[in-house]
Amino acid sequence: MHLTKEEERLLESDNETVRKCMEILVALGEIYGAERLVEIRSAQISGISYDNIGDAGLEWLESLKAKVVVRAYANPAGLDTVRWREMGIDSEFYEKQMRIIRALDGLGVEITLTCTPYYLDTPSFGDHLAWAESSAVVYANSVIGARTNRESGISALAAAIIGKTPMYGLHLKENRAPQIRVIVEEGVNPAMAGYHAGKLIGGKIPLVEFPERLSRDELKWFGASLAASGGAGMFHAKELTPEWDSFEIPEESVVVEKGDVDSGCEPDLVAIGCPHTSAEELRTVYSLLRKYGKVRREMWIFSSRRVIEQNRELVEKIEEMGAKVFADTCMVVSPASSRFECVMVNSGKAFEYLPKLRGVNARFGDLEECVRWATR
Amino acid sequence: MRFRARVISRGYAEGEAIVSRKPVSFLGDVDPESGVIRDRESDIFGESVAGKIFVFPEGRGSTVGTYTLLRMKKAGCAPAGIVMVRSEAIVAVGAIIAGIPLVDMPEADVLEVIESGDHVRVFAEREGWVEVEKR
Repeated sequence: MHLTKEEERLLESDNETVRKCMEILVALGEIYGAERLVEIRSAQISGISYDNIGDAGLEWLESLKAKVVVRAYANPAGLDTVRWREMGIDSEFYEKQMRIIRALDGLGVEITLTCTPYYLDTPSFGDHLAWAESSAVVYANSVIGARTNRESGISALAAAIIGKTPMYGLHLKENRAPQIRVIVEEGVNPAMAGYHAGKLIGGKIPLVEFPERLSRDELKWFGASLAASGGAGMFHAKELTPEWDSFEIPEESVVVEKGDVDSGCEPDLVAIGCPHTSAEELRTVYSLLRKYGKVRREMWIFSSRRVIEQNRELVEKIEEMGAKVFADTCMVVSPASSRFECVMVNSGKAFEYLPKLRGVNARFGDLEECVRWATR
Repeated sequence: MRFRARVISRGYAEGEAIVSRKPVSFLGDVDPESGVIRDRESDIFGESVAGKIFVFPEGRGSTVGTYTLLRMKKAGCAPAGIVMVRSEAIVAVGAIIAGIPLVDMPEADVLEVIESGDHVRVFAEREGWVEVEKR
């Protein structure tokens, strides 16, 4: 890989953190055949939950001595940093989690603790990014037309400290072409369509034909589920996403039918917000609660602290109906979900990960079904 | 014997070689507290990689494996150096943050020319090479 004089100097820097970060970028560039590094607009760092990185990750973060040089956002942590007791989190976990957050803060990472950084600062078409959270990666590439690979938490942090990332994979137009057509039949929930499509096509980039026009939130659910069950870093949606007609249409195609994935378990928790809810989704939840009445079992809604603060009044009304709106975390990365038997979700991503990561049964329902269950 | 290799994680290491001809996952296959290979399918099952030059073809498995190398370093049971046929992000990044010298794409067929017990030196600075002294 070609390095500029300045990049060569960073590889020999007296600052060990900078040197190591540069070493990581160069190693990844070599492994994946990048010709050079490219400047990034922002980075998004995963591996924030103490549950995920443990003492080894925590102590490594505390050992770093540098500052990020581009905007860098933190993915969700393992708890709501204010209301963690209400989630049933113990104080030992809280202390460890806060040490991780303080270490990131010291590096200059914005403590956004969200998987939806695009609600805080929306990248532009063509921007290069180094984002790590798989659902945010898919959203940025597909819905916005920005360019990022699926980074690891460590490589995203290295990119934030150097301000660059190796230019390979989805940073290059030729690697963004659709490889297979996915035709979604009528009546399939977008999150479930993503879940099924991922199982069918794995990590291939699809050109998706939906039977109707989807909102950005619906595309968010589709992409998050696709990335979780399959591994793709982006998708194109016919007439909906910015690059869908920039490439040849693939010949091979698969059809996503309305499949039955109902586990049939009796939910003792209904959890919304994977990825974190937008303001629009909070409004929809509230109108559904008005329709169906007070919440009668545990119902948790996850969003970013910023979106919650910007919609204070709405959030208060939702909480008056008996649901809890938590910030900074989600049902997938927080150990809090592990104590339930069966969690009902409207997210294909949470449906995929809850049994694997939290050892609990998951049940899928669309947003309206989730609210109906919570209120009956 | 001496041959060139590509530098992935910088540094210098030497020690006794331990060679696996099968891909290795650092999450699950290796005990992070002792460095002993606990994957029953492995051709070096029950042996330790601690303090040795670990030679293997490629990595496999979960991305969490990156942190395993850090845990091994902290527990004092990490390999002293790594020679891989072809590295990937998980082991590469883990080796860099744990400070374990790593080279890959060696110009010799390391799985043939290096045997467990040989003395191996890994030079991974601006240029990379590997020196092998047969035992």
